[in-house]
Amino acid sequence: MPEPLIHIEHLSRFFGPVKALDDLSLEVPAGIVFGFLGPNGAGKTTTIHLLLGLLEPTTGQAWVLGFDTRTQAEAIRARSGALLEFAGLYERMSAQDNLDLYGRISHMPAPARQARIKELLTHLELWDRRRDLVGTWSRGMKQKLAVARALFHHPPLVFLDEPTAGFDPLAAAALREDLAGLVAREGVTVFLNTHNLTEAEKLCAQVGVIRQGKLVTVGAPDELRARIGGPQAEIVGCGFTEQMLAMLRERPEVAHAEVHNSHLVLELRGESKMGPLVSLLVHAGAEVEEVRRGKASLEDVFLTLMEEEQR
Amino acid sequence: MNDIWTMMWKESKDLVFQGGWKASIRPLLLIGIMGIYLPLQFGLQWLAFSPIEMFVILWIPFSVIISFIGDAIAGERERHTLETLLASRISDRAILLGKVVVTVGYAWGMALGGLLLGLILVNLFRGNGGGWMFYHPFDLFLEALALSLLTCILGASAGVLVSLRTSTVRQAQQILGIGTFVLVFGGISALQALPANFVASLTYSQFLLLAMAVIAVLDAILLGVSLVSFRRSRLILS
Repeated sequence: MPEPLIHIEHLSRFFGPVKALDDLSLEVPAGIVFGFLGPNGAGKTTTIHLLLGLLEPTTGQAWVLGFDTRTQAEAIRARSGALLEFAGLYERMSAQDNLDLYGRISHMPAPARQARIKELLTHLELWDRRRDLVGTWSRGMKQKLAVARALFHHPPLVFLDEPTAGFDPLAAAALREDLAGLVAREGVTVFLNTHNLTEAEKLCAQVGVIRQGKLVTVGAPDELRARIGGPQAEIVGCGFTEQMLAMLRERPEVAHAEVHNSHLVLELRGESKMGPLVSLLVHAGAEVEEVRRGKASLEDVFLTLMEEEQR
Repeated sequence: MNDIWTMMWKESKDLVFQGGWKASIRPLLLIGIMGIYLPLQFGLQWLAFSPIEMFVILWIPFSVIISFIGDAIAGERERHTLETLLASRISDRAILLGKVVVTVGYAWGMALGGLLLGLILVNLFRGNGGGWMFYHPFDLFLEALALSLLTCILGASAGVLVSLRTSTVRQAQQILGIGTFVLVFGGISALQALPANFVASLTYSQFLLLAMAVIAVLDAILLGVSLVSFRRSRLILS
């Protein structure tokens, strides 16, 4: 089995009495997009800071690309790219100078830097604006440039911290598409911090869910859906009463039942048959127009996990 | 060394030229005052190194330094570019030294440019026809240049320490502005505390050498503390 690119053992970081990260153990294999999901303040950014060696852990240890984050942080930073909470672009410099700077920092020779600038900016359709000051660009363009900067020196590993945060759905989708294209083309491993579940669902081969500094679960989205979300059914119609819901909840195959805008959503235990449940509803006086079966979304899984943790 | 050059390249683009020719108006204005207006006002007297020149060569670069160093460090934090820079492989020391060297070089270079321009203009337009004249006495001129460089380093290293403890450029500049007054009046008070006969026994040149020695010691201390304080883990937390 190949060595994991990131290996974390009982990593904790406390800021005074606050446990930003509490006993995190995790492995991220090479060649995938790993999504680190959690609400704001869950400890996602602290984890990236620790993995890049920007912060010392209070306890525990982590190895990134085979290097110890405590003692070999410079080697980790030299071999990884990062797009942190803010784009971090120099707005009084041109786009090509911004990329050139990080190429120089990585000791790339001038012809290689020039070729790479052209390659990435052309791919992202920013080449014509390369000489513009970045301060004159739109937010979406800046974020694309920041992604290009993170990938500039061909790192095997890239850390992305909420890359689409604060974007409207269209801009977020466009950036996600560019990101997915670049990541596939470059063949890098990505550690993606996000609280955008659509993003995680579309991009990630594996996700870890973190809450209040503690890792709640980890696995492939499908696996989590099967393990935590379970099968679901949606019944479209009208006349669903509280009495019907109470009857459904008493059935052994129903884990949860609730009504959202004339849609009755059922969480089922195992692959139960829908016939008896629909029959029960119709006999009780409901009008059923359509029955859809499906699996829980990653969002359902996430919300279930958050609720369980709260309890 | 390569990394310090990289940071100097970056600072020259970001801090000095700021992406356009308009940013060069500020240094040109100061060079104009130091190299055109004052020399033409004073004429040949400008070349006989007078106290007003000493004031100009010390004060103007120092005031440039304290307005720029805050932008170089607190400004990076305020504009959210520092975190990304810290996440790269470049060393803390290269980041700091690159910023200090460019800021000092910019301010001191402006003073040198002004003096050189003044020298040329005085000789061209106010010359006595008796050949080319230089600043005199020459040793005093060299001491003044060295003292100017040392005060620039003092301003830059003090600026680094202040910027590390402030969250905005404005806050850093305000503290540095007040700090400058404290430094000047503290210096005057220290001078007055010295025995009067000791001060009277010093020549102008010896006085400058004494000032240089004191400032060089302060430079070494402040720059050393800056290098120790400028640490990734601390910057990330702040």
